[in-house]
Amino acid sequence: MVTWTPLEEELRSLAGSVPDPELPVLTLEELGVLRGVEVLAPGHVTVRLTPTYTGCPAIETMSTDIERVLYDHGMTEVSVVTVLSPAWSTDDISAEGRRKLAEFGIAPPRPHDAATASAGAGPVPVALSVRCPHCGSTDTELLSRFSSTACKALRRCVACREPFDHFKEL
Amino acid sequence: MTAALALGDDALVLSHRLGEWAGHAPVLEEEVALANIALDLLGQARILLSLAGDEDELAYLREERAFRNVQLVEQPNGDFAHTIARQLYFSVHQHGLYEQLAAGNGEFAGLAAKAVKEVAYHRDHAEQWTLRLGDGTAESHARMQHGVDALWRYTGELFQPVEGVDVDWQALHSRWLDSLTTVLERATLTVPTGPQTGAWTAGAGRQGIHTEPFGRMVAEMQHLHRSHPGASW
Repeated sequence: MVTWTPLEEELRSLAGSVPDPELPVLTLEELGVLRGVEVLAPGHVTVRLTPTYTGCPAIETMSTDIERVLYDHGMTEVSVVTVLSPAWSTDDISAEGRRKLAEFGIAPPRPHDAATASAGAGPVPVALSVRCPHCGSTDTELLSRFSSTACKALRRCVACREPFDHFKEL
Repeated sequence: MTAALALGDDALVLSHRLGEWAGHAPVLEEEVALANIALDLLGQARILLSLAGDEDELAYLREERAFRNVQLVEQPNGDFAHTIARQLYFSVHQHGLYEQLAAGNGEFAGLAAKAVKEVAYHRDHAEQWTLRLGDGTAESHARMQHGVDALWRYTGELFQPVEGVDVDWQALHSRWLDSLTTVLERATLTVPTGPQTGAWTAGAGRQGIHTEPFGRMVAEMQHLHRSHPGASW
């Protein structure tokens, strides 16, 4: 168990409050991409960040935004490093994050069924149907596995006919 | 560093080929899908090439013969079915490869554990389209069969062992063949029976021997960087 100094706690909550550049309704903390904050010397801090997808272009903006917030808070040297392991999963999005996504019109990712995934039932886990964020119907269909960003799929609600983004499970 | 270059070049070159579909895909959803797959591959390429050296120098300043990608990924897009056949062959292979790497503890384990989840979507995309085109109209069936046949000779190289990539290549090959056979048969397509390497070209991309269209692809990919060194936006 890692123990945090009060300063590290404070810096972590500042870094965590930075909004996601592509989904500004979510903070980085809610997205679950912040992996750690370490004060190495007075004024010198290292932040560990993990990308959602390996090619996600938002990671550079996230790094810059975190640096800006921490410099504004009096830090003199801020370095943001990218870590790959353990790999980020949509299960890392907090409950509050999921609620905000739905409110924003994006169907949140379904939690992984650990049993299905470990049994290797298929490359992409299939679980409950995706609920329409507009009318709440579970009668929705897939239009495309890929949408406006790498992390979303495009679906349509059969009940209200509205298309919507679904944050797909990873 | 041979290993990081080989895997990184596979991802980079296929990413570039898929990017060529931008503005040309048959429907908007596919335009977005192919670009998203290209973006995932580019992310993998950046991490892998950075293990081997400077990513920009490696991508933009190497000569054709210094690239270590398999010849399959450099093949021109052809029609949509041809691209899907290339996606099917490659993504089923890459999925199996990353699964094995992720289960180990070598230098690629971290990246593989992350990328295998992305590649699962690429694979699903390719398999669904193979079923739809193969078991579709007479025209789509013929085009899909043509793509599968034309690219078959480039598939043998996928299972040529790469130094530093610690996987069971034989198991990889047999599992790939099983998966391929299942999908193609369900799609009412015929699994090609010819050799998986051609005597005159295929099977030497890892040694820097590439097919004729690759030179032009590299020229286009590197043109901007070579004309305007250090250009950024």
